[in-house]
Amino acid sequence: MSHAANETAAPAAGTPVAEETSDTRPADQSSQGGAGGIESFDIVLKVRRYLPEASEESYWDEWRLTMYGTDRVLDALHKVKWDHDGTLSFRRSCAHGICGSDAMRINGRNRLACKTLLKDLDLSKPIVVEPIKGLPVEKDLIVDMDPFFQSYREVMPFLVAKGQEPTTERYQSQADRARYDDTTKCILCAACTSSCPVFWTDGQYFGPAAIVNAHRFIFDSRDDAGDMRLEILNDKEGVWRCRTTFNCTDACPRGIQVTQAIAEVKQAILARTF
Amino acid sequence: MSTPETTIAAPRTGRIDPKYTRGESGKGNFEMLAWLFMRVSGVILVVLVFVHIFSNLMVGDGISGIDFGFVAGKWAHPLWLFWDLALLWLAMLHGANGVRTIINDYAERDGVRFWLSMILYVATAAIIVLGTLVIFTFEPCMVDATGALLENSPAICR
Repeated sequence: MSHAANETAAPAAGTPVAEETSDTRPADQSSQGGAGGIESFDIVLKVRRYLPEASEESYWDEWRLTMYGTDRVLDALHKVKWDHDGTLSFRRSCAHGICGSDAMRINGRNRLACKTLLKDLDLSKPIVVEPIKGLPVEKDLIVDMDPFFQSYREVMPFLVAKGQEPTTERYQSQADRARYDDTTKCILCAACTSSCPVFWTDGQYFGPAAIVNAHRFIFDSRDDAGDMRLEILNDKEGVWRCRTTFNCTDACPRGIQVTQAIAEVKQAILARTF
Repeated sequence: MSTPETTIAAPRTGRIDPKYTRGESGKGNFEMLAWLFMRVSGVILVVLVFVHIFSNLMVGDGISGIDFGFVAGKWAHPLWLFWDLALLWLAMLHGANGVRTIINDYAERDGVRFWLSMILYVATAAIIVLGTLVIFTFEPCMVDATGALLENSPAICR
């Protein structure tokens, strides 16, 4: 799965520098190339560091960088990793908002570093970058995603259809397809789940992402296991844990109406019971 | 040299912190019913509360008209008896369930959660029982041992 992501972890002390450092550098090209009047500005990047090999304590690290109007937070992190401090560790794979690897807390809000342009942030203050909350931090901005994917797996995020024989296509009307279109967009970046205040204190909560991916199949007219998924989510740690704070909807880099999807699953459980 | 390991554990096997693993205890419809109760009781409470406030504070003498006699007069009618009983029960259960969810959301340790919940349940039960008792046994004209009216009894007793 692409979400497992490349971990751009720093090499341990003494080992040769990873080949990543010889990668092409799109950010540098844009900054040096003759693109003309791209504005440039100085930023202060403030990153929450955690290096378990060195210390159990996490701390803040700051860099002053000259960046350009076309740069994203991810470019600033690359600049630090490639030019200033190779020990800075974070995940990124596609770097274009599809793989969902680089969700992080930017100025207190969960965002994809690759979709957040620096010029859209308040540059008069340091740009604060932290790992997403509620999951165990492994190193710097890298968190353990296993609990997140565990919940995802438990909602059976795959088509379950009677009559497996592949003799005919499973037709679906455009209206039926549109019913769950919004929740097909999920890239499993965990920005929603790790923005949820309930998940911060109760790691057992399934979380918005798992519910969104259950929604995608519950409302799929071709799927036959909707009842099972509703039963799974009709749990003490299921949809009833949602307090509709809308943090997840705000955090979703794909613009999914997450809170609405959760509410629709709640309604489906109620409709099934009564 | 010792023989090399022939099997290597799969990466991250069993590494998920127990605080993320769900038990089997979460099944059943209780949370759904609690969620539904909050919505239904909320709507009913809006009507109950505003009619209560209107009839007590804005009709007749308003706030200066409220005394033992006023309450006794109201509760002489079964509608108001039922009204206030419903108000008491729904408000207490609605509020208690709200606090219960807040405790569940914010108490991180099981022990803290258990004891906070216990305090909440005992307090809720005590207030509901006491309130119900008062509604059904309310006596505005209290007498002393000799059968004489106590001082400060409302005018309706005389």
